[in-house]
Amino acid sequence: MDDLVVRAEGLRKRFGKTQALDGVDLAMRRGTVLGVLGPNGAGKTTAVRVLATLLRPDEGTAFVAGIDVLREPQKVRRRIGLTGQYASVDEDLTGTQNLVLIGQLLDLHTRDAKKRAAELLEWFDLTEAAGRPAKTYSGGMRRRLDLAASLVGHPEVIFLDEPTTGLDPAKREDMWGVVRTQVAQGSSVLLTTQYLEEADALADEIVVVDHGKVIAQDTPDGLKRRVGGQTLRIRPADAGRLNDVLRILDGVAAPGTNAAPDSAAGSRPGAASVPVTSDHALDDVIPALRRAGIEVNEFGLHLPSLDEVFHTLTGAEKDEKKTEALV
Amino acid sequence: MTTAVLDAPAHLDSPRGGSFLALVRHSAALAKRSLIKTVRTPEALIDVTIQPVIFLLMFTYLFGGAIAGGDRHTYLQFLLPGMLGQSLAMGGIALGQNLNADIEKGVFDRFRSLPVSRSAPLVGAVMADIVRYLTVCLVTLGIGTVMGFRISTGAPPTIAAVALAIGFGLCFGWISVWVGMIVRTSGAVQGVMFLLVFPLSFGSNVFVATETLPGWLQAFVKVNPITHLVGAERGLLTGGPVAHHLWMTLAWMAGLLVVFVPLALRAYNKRA
Repeated sequence: MDDLVVRAEGLRKRFGKTQALDGVDLAMRRGTVLGVLGPNGAGKTTAVRVLATLLRPDEGTAFVAGIDVLREPQKVRRRIGLTGQYASVDEDLTGTQNLVLIGQLLDLHTRDAKKRAAELLEWFDLTEAAGRPAKTYSGGMRRRLDLAASLVGHPEVIFLDEPTTGLDPAKREDMWGVVRTQVAQGSSVLLTTQYLEEADALADEIVVVDHGKVIAQDTPDGLKRRVGGQTLRIRPADAGRLNDVLRILDGVAAPGTNAAPDSAAGSRPGAASVPVTSDHALDDVIPALRRAGIEVNEFGLHLPSLDEVFHTLTGAEKDEKKTEALV
Repeated sequence: MTTAVLDAPAHLDSPRGGSFLALVRHSAALAKRSLIKTVRTPEALIDVTIQPVIFLLMFTYLFGGAIAGGDRHTYLQFLLPGMLGQSLAMGGIALGQNLNADIEKGVFDRFRSLPVSRSAPLVGAVMADIVRYLTVCLVTLGIGTVMGFRISTGAPPTIAAVALAIGFGLCFGWISVWVGMIVRTSGAVQGVMFLLVFPLSFGSNVFVATETLPGWLQAFVKVNPITHLVGAERGLLTGGPVAHHLWMTLAWMAGLLVVFVPLALRAYNKRA
């Protein structure tokens, strides 16, 4: 049995002068989360729209749940749920009405559609707001309703196009919890995001896209290894103890690196950073700080920013080409 | 595989009850959505309630004396079926505007990712307009009666008149749907539709008898679908010949559907 629940090969799509997709291959294993990471305009949304049957590619093939997206879109539509980048709930309808409508369009009997709506509203903590028009909802509530709408038909594959863009950190974590629950219940999730942090938190595998092309595909750990992993940053309460902090951080530094005082333009002086290879660095650092009696104002493990990821990946691509040229 | 997937209801690969019944059911569900929206924003009904009343009052009392040589009652008897025609044509404009706004908001993306016929969202929106056209008829006939308009035929012709009016509105509305699909903003829909509806409603027999017009204008008025609709409405409400205008109206309705339904569907599929 085909274990790939999403399989796309050589997808190309051009809008006027823009080559939105320039030969994209994607593969997602059943029961996993595939994170499609990239900046604005990289082609993430276009790829999702192709897979969700909203857009026909100029070239390429795509299979979702084993069904040809181009030849049998209606069959695919019975097996997918889509939550777009912009919450696409109907503002004039109540939470219940929004979900019941989706249920009816999925050929549920009205009674079953109502039951399913109540179930989802309860699960997304929207029961109290169920009878209010969606335009009275907060941004986070709207996103939850939007996500609930994509789950009405128990989809095998869920497409989430930037599900947390514009949400505050707490709401973002709530959303992550929902995604994890869906996967635990057997769904497969393809999610696009601009945040490495989000892809790292959710995805089993990450595909990095830029200018309509896949520039890297790896597990989150593999990707972090390639782009330099995480940075541990500590700011002692007493700036005079910065040197002690540097010494402790040196002890957990990734091979071949050293701790250094933050010198990046724009960052406030008085903190030290060190590249680390794993979260376990914290296990050593925290007791060491305590033993040395150092109080800290800031303590954080930072993933490289998307900019840094791209810098590293595209830089590596250039280097490879150079090597090829030399050989 | 995982049990949770097996627990989910079995996927049906063809819609319950065949594809035509499914289209009807899905369109009805989507029509209900449009109606809920209408109820939530009653001001969206101004164009089918207050506007026809204002036009009727204005043309009867302001211009009626001059146009009809002083006999306002005679003019009201003449004007009211005409106003029905104009109000129906104008009442269709909002349809294209709403659909355009829905597409811009991304609501239709969700519908398009569901296993419903591609035409269901459009058919549903058109069906919901039955309520608006019925409102036009009831408001116009109601206020007309207060002003002194008298139906001189009977109940069956009156019902036929209302049914014809609604039927015409449903067919004419597809022009608005098409325009809603091809222009960018909902404001532009209104602009384009006014350009169409004004010449059609004024270049007709709505306000004055066709015979009073210069020959070149008569040529246009005589093929204008609004003229035929109004002619049929006059016959059905106040007596006189009906057949010719009725057949011409039905022919126009069929023509509008044949041309604009495929155009609208194609534009909808191309968009977004």
